[in-house]
Amino acid sequence: MRRLSWLVPTLYILFLMLPIYWLVSMSFKTTNEILGSFTLWPQQFTFDNYITIFTDPTWYNGYINSLIYVSINTVISVAVALPAAYAFSRYRFIGDKHLFFWLLTNRMAPAAVFALPFFQLYSAIGLFDTHIAVALAHCLFNIPLAVWILEGFMSSVPKELDETAYVDGYGFWGFFIKIFIPTIAAGIGVAAFFCFMFSWVELLLAKTLTSVAAKPIAATMTRTASSSGYELGLLAAAGTLTIIPGAVVIYFVRNYIAKGFALGRV
Amino acid sequence: MTTKVENQKGWLFVLPVVILVAFNAVIPLMTVVNYSVQETFGDNVFFFEGVKWFQQVLNSERFHAALGRQLFFTFTILLIEIPLGVIIALTMPRKGPWVSVCLVLMALPLLIPWNVVGAMWNIFALPDIGLLGKTLNAMGLDYNFTRQPVSAWMTLIAMDVWHWTSLVVLLAYAGLSSIPDAYYQAAKIDGASSWAVFRYIQLPKMKRVLTIAVLLRFMDSFNIYTEPFVLTGGGPGNSTTLLSIDLVKTALGQFDLGPAAAMSIIYFLIILLLSWVFYTVMTRGEEN
Repeated sequence: MRRLSWLVPTLYILFLMLPIYWLVSMSFKTTNEILGSFTLWPQQFTFDNYITIFTDPTWYNGYINSLIYVSINTVISVAVALPAAYAFSRYRFIGDKHLFFWLLTNRMAPAAVFALPFFQLYSAIGLFDTHIAVALAHCLFNIPLAVWILEGFMSSVPKELDETAYVDGYGFWGFFIKIFIPTIAAGIGVAAFFCFMFSWVELLLAKTLTSVAAKPIAATMTRTASSSGYELGLLAAAGTLTIIPGAVVIYFVRNYIAKGFALGRV
Repeated sequence: MTTKVENQKGWLFVLPVVILVAFNAVIPLMTVVNYSVQETFGDNVFFFEGVKWFQQVLNSERFHAALGRQLFFTFTILLIEIPLGVIIALTMPRKGPWVSVCLVLMALPLLIPWNVVGAMWNIFALPDIGLLGKTLNAMGLDYNFTRQPVSAWMTLIAMDVWHWTSLVVLLAYAGLSSIPDAYYQAAKIDGASSWAVFRYIQLPKMKRVLTIAVLLRFMDSFNIYTEPFVLTGGGPGNSTTLLSIDLVKTALGQFDLGPAAAMSIIYFLIILLLSWVFYTVMTRGEEN
């Protein structure tokens, strides 16, 4: 039985790859081939769908917009979560446990509940349709997550490290930036990965808070279904391109992901 | 774990986090509470209505139906994804070059934007041009997820299993890798069966990460909106209209702000309550 155990993950990965394969293969087909005949792989191989995306600004701006607000969000989330996670892992202060739980409840809030109030809030402060609006809105669920993950990593660093640094004459911020942050670099990588991931995949809030100037790629894609007929090849190519940033990011943190999950605490 | 010192400066460190999260959480929540007790006829004229909307929502058959579908969906995917994720984690290689390959490939679905997941499954399952739909029909099965509620449900559940089982796998795998080799060697000397190893060594070690997995999957599946919306649009008819699809239809489609806000609050409270129940039940053993 042990000998056959590799079959389970193999079959599972096969199951994961099938829909992705279908999407990628469709992105290299012409519209005629998709609608006209059923083919397992592209017969008339074409790059037209990709050329359209890379030459039409309404398409490629979608990617740029998404990458901008995702990057801003990741930087903000990790930057403010670092000192907070340090405080949760090292200090006891009034209401610390309640505060930690309150932060986590924000991950439970359904985005659908917040869509309309967010639209009104960000319109009222004049940030509607800007990258910063989406980046700030995504902080709602990314900051609690970043605090949670970083706190786990920081708690596994012995407190002696802090004390030795003070003896060596470091001030608090000198110690924090020069010694502590490099020590938990892996944790920062994992936290940044999760912030990137959840901001990149979220659509409902991003779509609600933008109209033209900061429109995310995911919202641009919904357009193909309505205005320009049903261009499946184009939709498939756009979808394939959205997988790439995630695949690149995951490759860099592959050795830390399993560890990052294990240290997170409820 | 390190011992903590009493230091009220901690508040200064958490202040930026509190400000940012409160800005995004408290103000919108107050807006929702505000709408939930008022009636509006446009032009910013509001009348106080008390608990009228709450009574209306709690008594409406539409809400009951959506809640029923939501509970069915959430418990079905939990029953499939948690055991499946554990089995895959148990059979995954522990060391060697295949570990990275498995982890990267398995994490891929987690990083695809949710509307792309929906669109991908839509074109994968379409009966005329999709690989899945075409194959099932060629096998003589009557399958069409745009017309038949049963097919739509099966596609929806298959899509969620495809999308999220990897999260459970990664968590369970993380729990398993924290078990020292000495435990397995001791079990081998004692001649323990693989079931005994699982029951008395692996399962207890995975308990904490599995608690996280169940809670995350519960909360996220209760909040699911984009994927089913793109896949089926809640149809055919209302057969796959889950809670948040129903909520967005009410709030943005019909602009019934009062009932939509009341529904939001009831919805949020249900998630809070059930998460609390899950958390208490699953961590009860640890305190004894």
